[in-house]
Amino acid sequence: MMTIPHRPLAGACLAIILSATAPARAQDADAVTFAQSVEPQGLDPTVSSPVAAGQVTWQNVFEGLVAMDRDGRIVPQLATEWAIADDGLTYTFTLRDGVIFQNGKAFDSATAKFTIERILSETSTNGQKANYTAIADVQAPDPATLILTLSERNADLLYWLGHPAAVMVEPSSAETNGTAPVGTGPFKVDEWRKGDRVIMSAWDGYWGEAPAISRVTARFIGDAQAQAAALQSGQVDIVGDLSAPELFDQFTTDPAFTAVAGAGEMEVVAGMNNDRPPFDDPRVRQALMMAIDRPDLVQVVSAGQGTPIGSHFSPANPFYQDLTALFPYDPEKAKALLAEAGHAEGFSFDFKVPNRDYAQRSAEILQAFFAQVGVTANIQTSDFPAAWIQDVFTDRNYDMTIIGHAEPLDIGIYARDPYYFNYDSPAFRDQMATIAAATSEEERAAGYQAAQDMLARDLPALFLFSYPKLGVWKAGLEGVWENGPVPANDMTDIRWSQ
Amino acid sequence: MTPSPSRIRRLAGAALMLLVTSLVIFLLIEAAPGDPAEIMLGTSAQADTLAALRDQLGLDRPLMVRYLAWLGGVVTGNMGQSYTYGVPVAGLIAERMLVTLPLTLMATLLAVGVSVPLGVMAAARQGRAGDGLATVFAQMGIAVPNFWIGLLLILVFALKLGWFPVGGFPGWGDAGWGDAGWGAISALILPAVALAIPQAAVLTRVTRAAVLDVAAEDFIRTARAKGLSRHRALWRHTVPNALLPVVTMLGLQIPFLISGAVLVENVFSLPGIGTLAYQALSQRDLIVVQNVVLLFAAIVLAVNAGTDALYARLDPRLKARQ
Amino acid sequence: MRLPKSLILGAAITAIMVGAAVLSRVWTPADPTAMNIVARLQAPDAAHWFGTDPIGRDVLSIIMAGAWTSLGIAMLATAIGGAAGTLLGVTAAARGGRAERLVMGFNGVLFAFPPILSAILLGALMGPGAVTAITAIGVFMVPVFARISRAAAIQIWARDYISAARMAGKNDIRITAEHVLPNILPQIIVQLAIQTGLAILSEAGLSFLGMGVSPPTPSWGRMLSESQTYLAAAPHLVLAPGLAIAVTVLGLNLLGDGLRDLTDPRRGQAG
Repeated sequence: MMTIPHRPLAGACLAIILSATAPARAQDADAVTFAQSVEPQGLDPTVSSPVAAGQVTWQNVFEGLVAMDRDGRIVPQLATEWAIADDGLTYTFTLRDGVIFQNGKAFDSATAKFTIERILSETSTNGQKANYTAIADVQAPDPATLILTLSERNADLLYWLGHPAAVMVEPSSAETNGTAPVGTGPFKVDEWRKGDRVIMSAWDGYWGEAPAISRVTARFIGDAQAQAAALQSGQVDIVGDLSAPELFDQFTTDPAFTAVAGAGEMEVVAGMNNDRPPFDDPRVRQALMMAIDRPDLVQVVSAGQGTPIGSHFSPANPFYQDLTALFPYDPEKAKALLAEAGHAEGFSFDFKVPNRDYAQRSAEILQAFFAQVGVTANIQTSDFPAAWIQDVFTDRNYDMTIIGHAEPLDIGIYARDPYYFNYDSPAFRDQMATIAAATSEEERAAGYQAAQDMLARDLPALFLFSYPKLGVWKAGLEGVWENGPVPANDMTDIRWSQ
Repeated sequence: MTPSPSRIRRLAGAALMLLVTSLVIFLLIEAAPGDPAEIMLGTSAQADTLAALRDQLGLDRPLMVRYLAWLGGVVTGNMGQSYTYGVPVAGLIAERMLVTLPLTLMATLLAVGVSVPLGVMAAARQGRAGDGLATVFAQMGIAVPNFWIGLLLILVFALKLGWFPVGGFPGWGDAGWGDAGWGAISALILPAVALAIPQAAVLTRVTRAAVLDVAAEDFIRTARAKGLSRHRALWRHTVPNALLPVVTMLGLQIPFLISGAVLVENVFSLPGIGTLAYQALSQRDLIVVQNVVLLFAAIVLAVNAGTDALYARLDPRLKARQ
Repeated sequence: MRLPKSLILGAAITAIMVGAAVLSRVWTPADPTAMNIVARLQAPDAAHWFGTDPIGRDVLSIIMAGAWTSLGIAMLATAIGGAAGTLLGVTAAARGGRAERLVMGFNGVLFAFPPILSAILLGALMGPGAVTAITAIGVFMVPVFARISRAAAIQIWARDYISAARMAGKNDIRITAEHVLPNILPQIIVQLAIQTGLAILSEAGLSFLGMGVSPPTPSWGRMLSESQTYLAAAPHLVLAPGLAIAVTVLGLNLLGDGLRDLTDPRRGQAG
């Protein structure tokens, strides 16, 4: 039997050959590769659902009149300054001089007017259009001046102008931006290998300071295990938001990496059909909230990395308040409250859960918690996104569901009618109007805090936890965003330390 | 050579079948809940934005108009535009084929390379230890799900040993057979093995049975009686004649190979055609799903017709019977 | 007559798996739905033979309960697909002509759909769940049974005793019921065993892609999908469900082979 001792040797030889031919990636001080879970459907953040597109191109390729910085503050970008009239209805922007698009066209007030009117037009396919409809009129009196006139006060307008959905585009390339983006940013897109990566390089016509990196690659890796492995093997330098918290710990102790659990924008909430008994009774909703041990939930679903929330804002939001103490875990009190609401024997309902890991696992745990207070949740898996959007969103044919809300500053959804919660609260709608009419930043902050408080008491949805932004990048990389005030991979300030 | 009436009839039959298949695919996908426009725009979109997008995608046209437009396009070589990517579907499919085609090809080569020698060996040593081992391999290989094999391969060869990437595909690049070429191939090795094992198991069984069948036939016995060595009889006469059922089985396995690719590509995050179909379906990129499924159906029908023809050509007895 | 070895082994494995599935309805080592967050992701030990899952449930208990799900769906799907396919097949054989061409055309169309992808398509249409899985798997089994039963039935129809029966005034339906079906039954039973094994693989694949039964109903395929995240940290999670699938399918395949050897001794010798 001579073959047996040879086998390990053969294995070893194979290993050597493989490691010799595998690309031994030298540290390239000029290039950086980041990975994100979801591939965008098009690269233009002003059409369709902008999150994944913005993660690739916002700031890198496209810029706005204003921008959101890493702390969530609004800063000048293509507009150098602006003035807001006392009545809050007129915004006058002074535009930056000497800015050109990547196809050589100049940026001026006419292109800015075009961009905003395109968002508002009847044929607009901008998923965030609702946030700009307060703009009634756009004027470009001279190339460096843009005047927006509002039909009603909107204290959030600047914020939304800094959002990826409002980046500046120009007429001749607007239609093809989805596949061949033309922006004013420091990087231009060279190639999009669909299903795999977008390759960008520094553009020498950029108006601002040239970035330290000259080649940027965005890779799309859906599986968290593969994201982690790509980091380990050096194929990827940055994962801005690792999609499996279970895999995060291995990087926190590894000196080759920097791992930061920053504040993220995603709030996981179990929305209820507030129209349908028994969820139309706030006592029932409060009782269900007290049936849930949120720290336990966070421990399992996000490997302890998430933060329990008591209302619709996450710690990433500048107006965030911790309101979890209002209805802490207390099954006995929950049972008493259910009895008071006429459900001493409990009840059962259908729990429509998207077929996504975090949702399914959270639902299983909630089911166990509800069972402790005599409430039976029948989990129905829903094919996400298609069937879920149809059932929950469009038809609103559900009792309870669970979903992560990733859009920043979206507390207004509870004032929207219709929205999937079927939540009808004149008081909350008034509160949102008060915020929009705020004349100072303090007033606005106070308004948002009051809004959170209202939701935390009335609970149109069970507020569960916010997902952290689990950033992991190679040690030696500087300038990566730690928090995620907006889902983005801004590579403009990235550099390798010497 | 003018096509014979029977051949024309068969072609017409295949075309009709493809037509029915396309209608079934279209209706199935249309009946599924979910509005592509709504999925694309996300949950913040308003009614007028949705209407604008539906109009832009042509989704507001009547059902039959859309079906005929699609069919007309396919016949004239235009598969339409992907809703979500906004690029021609044909290009998208071609890009993804650059992953799936090499993957399935590698898997098939691997499966044939393992199973034919193994099957012949097992038949030649019928009832002995080698045969037993081959049979055990065949039984096991058919029983294990290929996506599980994929996970185990990742666990051992990617995570523990680090020889191969865990997943993803670096692209063929322009580097040809250099680093990029190797990177692409190494990304396909584990998935190809996962895909090949169940195939190899099936083919091993078929090869073994076919070799035994042929060996029992009169002409082999005659040849042996005339003094042909066992070895020569096996390789010169038995094996070539036993390959026919193996080739047939290879054809019959194509649908399973395609199905397997959907799962295996998912496990290895490969941007292949299976992943494309799966993602397009969940995004309700209907036009992409329609085209991919129709393409798969056409491949299956073509391969079936091909194996039939091959069978008829290689097996004179069958020809005589027709 | 000596029983084939594969039959004995296959029957034994299948009996154990079916036994575990049935047993899980009344008893499992631990409650397969009881979470225990403190004891999550434990490696196999004396208390938990297969370890615990991400929410601290006993994996062995989930595997047992998963056998009920998996075998239940696979057997129902195969029973439905087998019955429908056999009916089509014997009808085609009995009537010939247009009916036969229609059945074969229908077969061809169904056969052209790649199995898992089509099942996902049906899943998208009907929503994930047990009924969807049974339908999606059953439908694509119809052509297999139709083809086999037709071929077998045609052979029976050529026999002398059929002519005799016809002379005795029996119609097609009676002949099919009294002579054809009983004679092709052995082949159908062999296929039932083998196709149940394939159905288990399909169900696992569907669940793996998120189109199977809803939690907390245990499912081997979903367990594998969830284990992907914990591949490095908790490899025991990927082993148990995969082994359960493989052993069950192996048992059913051996059972099918054994039954074939038993009913068709000539093939038994050759293959």
